[in-house]
Amino acid sequence: MTISLPAAPLTAASNPWLAAAMIAAVVLLSTTGEVLTAAAMKSIGDLDVIRARSGLKGAIRAVITSPLFFAGVFFLALAFFSLLLALNHLNLSLVAPASASLTLVTNAIAGKIFLKENVDRRRWAAAVLVCIGVYLLAH
Amino acid sequence: MAHHTLSPRQYLILGLVAVCAPLGDSCLSRGMTTMPAIALAHPAALIAAVFTPWIAAGIALLIGFFASYLTALSWADLTFVLPATAFGNVIVAFLSRFWLHEAISIERWAGIVLITLGVGFVAQGPSLTQHPAPAANEHAVKEVETR
Repeated sequence: MTISLPAAPLTAASNPWLAAAMIAAVVLLSTTGEVLTAAAMKSIGDLDVIRARSGLKGAIRAVITSPLFFAGVFFLALAFFSLLLALNHLNLSLVAPASASLTLVTNAIAGKIFLKENVDRRRWAAAVLVCIGVYLLAH
Repeated sequence: MAHHTLSPRQYLILGLVAVCAPLGDSCLSRGMTTMPAIALAHPAALIAAVFTPWIAAGIALLIGFFASYLTALSWADLTFVLPATAFGNVIVAFLSRFWLHEAISIERWAGIVLITLGVGFVAQGPSLTQHPAPAANEHAVKEVETR
C-alpha cells in the first residue's frame, strides 16, 4: 500500500472538512452576533418610540452607546469576513443555502436558551420549513 | 403595541429587511466570484475587496438591511424577524423569474412554498415574547430623553 501526499496545497473545494469548517465558522459567528445584537436592541427598547421622543439622533445615540451592540457588531463583522472568505473558495450554491438555513436553526435554539424567547411549536415548525425551503431554493 | 400586532410602518420595515439582505448578498457574490482566489495566509486581500464596486454596492444594501433589521429587533423577537429575512429569497426568486425571465426548477418552487408557509406560521403568532419585567425598557427610554 502506498501513501501519496497531495501534490497541490489543500483547498476548500477539494477538502470537505475545510469547506465544512468555513461554513461552520460563518454559522457560529453570525449566530453569536445576531443573538448579542437582538439582546442589545431588547435592552434599548422600541426604536420607533425612542425616535418619536428624542429624534433620529437620540435613536442612533441609544444604539451606539450600548456595549452589547458593539459586541454583536464585532461578531457580525467576523461572520461577514468569514463569509467573504468562504465565497471566494466555495460555490455560492453551497455556501448561501448551507449557512442561511443552518443559521435559522441555530438562532431558534440560541433565541430560546439565551434570549428566553417563546419559541413555540409554530416557530419551530417555521424554522424547519424555512430551513428546508432556503436549501431547496438556493441549491 | 399591547397585543403585538404590527402597524403598516412596521410591515414596511420588515419588507426592507427582506429585500435588502438577498440583493446585498447577490452583489457580494458577484463581486467575490470575479476576484482571483484569496489565500488563507493573506487575509489583508479581503480588506482590499471591500473597495471594489460590486462589494461596495453590496455593503451599501447590507447597511440599509442592518438599520431596518435593528429597528425590527427593537420591537419584535429574533425568531420572528429571521423568517422575514428568509422571505427575501422568495422575493428575489420571483424577481428573477418575471423580470430576468430565468427558469425556476421544481425544487425551487418547493422551496418558495416551504418558506412562504413558514413565514405565514410565524406571522400569525405574537411578534414579541412578554417578559415580567418591562421596567428596564422604560428606564432606557428615559435615560435617552434626559441626555
